[in-house]
Parts: sequence; structure tokens; C-alpha cells
Amino acid sequence: MFNLAKLSRVLVGVCSGFVFSAMPLLATAGSPGHYGYGETATKAQIAGWDIDVRPDGKGLPEGSGSVDDGLKVFETYCSSCHGAFGEGMGRYPKLAGGDGSLADDRPEKTVGSYWPYASTLWDYIHRAMPFFAPQSLTDDQVYALTAYVLNLNYIVDGDFVANRDTLPKVEMPNRDGFTWQDPRPDTHNVRCMHDCKDEVTVSDSAAGKNLTPSTTGPLDEGLTE
Amino acid sequence: MFGKLRRPSQDVAKIALEESDRLSSTERRQFLRNGLFTAGSVMVGGTFAGLSAKVGAAATQYPPEVPLWTRSLGAGVVTNPYGMPSPYEKGVIRRNVPWLTAEKTSSVSFSPLQHLKGIITPNGLFFERHHAGRPEVDPQQHRLMIHGLVERPIILSMDDLQRFPSVSQIHFIECPANGGMEWRGAQLNSLQFLHGMVSCAEWTGVRLSTLMQEVGIKPEGKWVLAEGADGAAMTRSIPLEKVMDDVIVAYAQNGEALRPEQGYPVRLVVPGWEGNTNVKWLRRLEVGDKPWMQREETSKYTDLLADGTARGFTWVMDAKSVITSPCPEMPLRGGKGIYQIEGLAWTGQGKVKAVDVSTDGGRSWQQAPLREPVMSKSLTRFALEWNWDGNPALIQSRVIDETGYVQPTLTQLKAVRGTNSIYHKNAIQTWQINADGSVDNVQLG
Repeated sequence: MFNLAKLSRVLVGVCSGFVFSAMPLLATAGSPGHYGYGETATKAQIAGWDIDVRPDGKGLPEGSGSVDDGLKVFETYCSSCHGAFGEGMGRYPKLAGGDGSLADDRPEKTVGSYWPYASTLWDYIHRAMPFFAPQSLTDDQVYALTAYVLNLNYIVDGDFVANRDTLPKVEMPNRDGFTWQDPRPDTHNVRCMHDCKDEVTVSDSAAGKNLTPSTTGPLDEGLTE
Repeated sequence: MFGKLRRPSQDVAKIALEESDRLSSTERRQFLRNGLFTAGSVMVGGTFAGLSAKVGAAATQYPPEVPLWTRSLGAGVVTNPYGMPSPYEKGVIRRNVPWLTAEKTSSVSFSPLQHLKGIITPNGLFFERHHAGRPEVDPQQHRLMIHGLVERPIILSMDDLQRFPSVSQIHFIECPANGGMEWRGAQLNSLQFLHGMVSCAEWTGVRLSTLMQEVGIKPEGKWVLAEGADGAAMTRSIPLEKVMDDVIVAYAQNGEALRPEQGYPVRLVVPGWEGNTNVKWLRRLEVGDKPWMQREETSKYTDLLADGTARGFTWVMDAKSVITSPCPEMPLRGGKGIYQIEGLAWTGQGKVKAVDVSTDGGRSWQQAPLREPVMSKSLTRFALEWNWDGNPALIQSRVIDETGYVQPTLTQLKAVRGTNSIYHKNAIQTWQINADGSVDNVQLG
């Protein structure tokens, strides 16, 4: 005979079993989706913003650009600040040269002398250049500019074509010039309180150098030097 | 008669204040000092001639004169619906060094530490560092995307973000290039320009660990890339241990929404780490298995040593202190006598344990009391009473943090790093007190 009471017990059992098994996913603070705020990002949404490129080439899009193509793009968008050969204008960054200068008294840190990874060049041009209109270049233009700047630094030949396969293989001259483990503390001053040194000599003073902008009144405008 | 007197005096004061707005700061000060009534009465002709004759006679407001602001009605509420500092504080502003950078859009400005009290930097005086100018972000349309090696990639609106449980923490942010112009010698004669790329605020927002738990990090996820929505789309790679420790996705600063200069509507606050990692106008967080080696962690924000090699991933801001009074902008004005030597100390390693002060160029030191509160990765203020005998002196401060690390001398720093590393110059600062009470930035040999 049909037993309503029994059926309801079965249903309760089924339901509570379902609830219990689902609880770890839904209810515990600190588990994924606990709050459920916002929307799930779609592949198309992510693709529009996910612009980063890594040294292993992850993130590089399709497309390509040659050194010759890069020269034309560079003259149009870049040379007014960086100079025709990447020599830099005024205080705008120099992009080429400085080979072997890093241990000099006045080192020149350029793409060729300092940057450890070619991928960073593609990534940075694409996300931040040209300065006055970032993210306006096509992927092919970015590849071409990357090839051109690498060629300015004699890192690739004039017939080099940059694309997602060739760029990660480019070995930058200063690739091994960095340590990526922080060695600090690298000084070991001692907390001396009395008779800490015999003599004190002033080696330099900022007084009279006239490099300091006004520290009162309105802001200084333009160049003071 | 009573009402008749009050009404005009209020109008006159208002007109005078408005008129003074059109003047330069110096003229304005002079104008205000000379008295609102006198000047105001001139402007409105003979209407209040009798009044001006009566109250305008006194040239000063000192005792025994009763000041004019005591004898008149002040401005009403909501005269400035968003309050402004007194016009007398007009000179207390962020300042830049025009010759330092090619453009103001990729540049820095410095906090006026010499004028600040306590440990909190007012929002309008917090130092600035922009890589592609300060964007004007519409909070309604701004989105924060979290994706990569996660179970559920999400896009959050500002409303979504503010529904999460929040925290409020007081932390300093310092640009690692603070003082970076002085490796080769003393150049700038100013506390503001030497040390003003550090500021401190109460930040309110969501723990990044909360957001990471919400999206669910896959086992291979070890790094997070933070990216800004500005024209530089500024990026830094941050290891997961730090992300899950104390990083805040902040939308408020000292009780109000972030200022546009500080990343409105949302930024990262990475306590104790290089200012550059505190990505402003935050639009994207990507979880990955390796660092991205972005421009700001390879070409920039790496420390070039004398042998030509460079250090990368030097994230933590080491312990540093500086005397903020006296300093070049705050000379000893009263001749010999008792002064309070005051200053700020901070460390990215945790709490300040102690600060010592020397008035003889580091021959001897005396511990300076710390002012409460002393908080982790926050500015801490110290003060020590000093009886100046009127002779030239070399004053210094030296911080010891809770790890036992002692702030180094510049000589010690240069011995291990050379003079080309730009960043992380946390050396002891020496101020030279001259016999006339003026103060200069000097370096010791």
C-alpha cells in the first residue's frame, strides 16, 4: 500500500543528502564562489584585456613584422621622442647603444645593453606606446617595431622577421646580467651609541648648487637647469 | 543698530575675500594681513566709510587689539561644500622637480613632509607617480577582471567589490626612487624633494586573499600580475605568498574614495613593498605559474650594481628615517635654546623598534622616544628634545626595525651597491645646522 509518511521520509533523506553533498561547494567561507558576486568572465572579454606577454612567448598573438616595416612605423610614431636611431631626444629614453657600459661610471641602460628579455619589448610597445596614443598600433606594427629596435641594437639581422615563433628565441645580450633573489640585508650597521667614530668630515653639501626648485610660493614652471 | 552693523561687516569680509582670490599668494597674504575691513570698505566706496574709519584703524590684530575676525561674522556652513585648507596654507602643496623628467605625464611629485604632523598624509598632499598621466576613470564603467589559473574567472563592478568584507589598515607607500638623486652627492637642499616620495594613509578595501579564494586558485598558480587601466597599463608580477599575506584591493583612502592621483576608483596596496607594485587604477589580476618579466620589473625597478650586474625583485622597502624638523625648509628660527627634533621612521619589514638621534654627525647617539601609534608598515613619528647651543651641528636619525636591522650610512650602502642603483637608497640623512640656524643637506665622507 502507498505510504505517504514513508515516502516523505525517503524524500527528506534524498534532499538532505543532496544538500550535504553540495554544501562544501556553496556555503563555506573561503571556498570558490562563496559570495558569487560579479559575472563570470567570458573568453571574449578576457581576450580583449589579456595583453601580457611572457619571455616564453605565452601571450604573443599571430602576425609578424620585419625590420624594414619597423623603420617606417618608427619614423612615423617614435623618432620624434626616441630619435631616428633610438638615440633618445632630450630626456626621452635612449633605446640603443651602451653595449658593455653597465659597469662604467656612467652606464647607459638601453634595450640592447640592459633589457633581459625580447618579449618585454613587444609587451611594452603594445601596452604603452606610442606615449600619446597607447594601444593604438596593430599587432603587425608592434612586431615590426620590435624587430626594428632589436636591429638598432645589432641583436638581429636586417632580414629578421618578428613573430610568435621567432621572438621568444631571441637571446638578449644582458639576459644573465640579473639576479632574481633579493640578497638583502646587504649592510650590517651596528647600533653604536658612544664614541662611534673619531672624526666627522662633510664630503658634499647641496648648499649653493642651485638645483632645488622653490619650496615656498607657487610651483616652478619649466626647466630651471 | 546691532543688525545693521553685522550685515555689512559680513558682506565686506566676503567681498574682500573674493577680491583677494584674484591676487597672487604674496599679495593675498599682504591684503589679508592689512585687514579685510579697510580694503573692503575701499571697494564698496563710501557706503561703510564710518565703519571702516572705526575698525580699520588698527594695523595689526595682536593684543590688546581685538582681532577683526572676533568682531565680525564668519562664513556660513557649506561655503565650501567640500572643505579646503585655510588660504594661509596655500604654500603647503606637492611640488615637482621640472628638470627631472621629460613630461609631467610621466613624472613624480613630492609630499611636503616638512609641514605634515602625525603620521597620516592628507589626501591632497599624497605624493604622485604617474607613468602615463592621471586617467579620469568612470567608476560606473570601470571593471576589475580576475582570471588566469583560476576556477572561475570573474568581472567585478565597483558595487560588486564593495560588497565583499572589507578591512582598513594604515600603511605607508614609498617610491623606491625616493632619494635616488643623491647617490653621487648632495644635490637638493630640501626635505620635500629629498624624501617626499613617501606618504601614509588608512586604506580601506578587500583583502586580495579574499578575492583569490572567491575565484579559486589552481594548484599551479604561483604569481599574480596586477595591471592598471591607465595609458601605461602599468603591470607588476607579485608572488602568491605576498598576495595571500596582506595585500589589499583598496577603494578608499583616509575615509573617502581614493583620489584620482591615487588610483580612483581602485588600486592595489602592497604593504611595505615598492610603491610601483601598488598598481593604481587596477583593472586586471591574472594568476599564472611564472613571473611576466614586465618592463617595470626588468628595465626599471632593478638595481644596477658597480660590477654591471643588477638585482631584480627587490620588493621590500628597507627601514629608513629622516628628521623633518629642523630641515632645510624648517630652520631653527629662535636662536639657541630648546627645540624638539622630530622626524619619521618606517620599514617594509614590519614595525619600527627604535630610533636614535645624533647631533654630532654620528659620534654619539641618543634614543628618541617613539610616538604612538607604532604600527606595522606604517610611518612612525619620533621626537627628542634638544638644547641647541647655537654652534654648527650635524644632526642625523637612525632607525632600527623589529628584525634588528639598523639603517645604514650612505658610505655603507655605496660600498655594496656602488652609485648607479638609483633605487632603495635608505641611508641615514645628515642635516647641517649652521650658526644662523639655517639647515643644509650634506653628506659625510
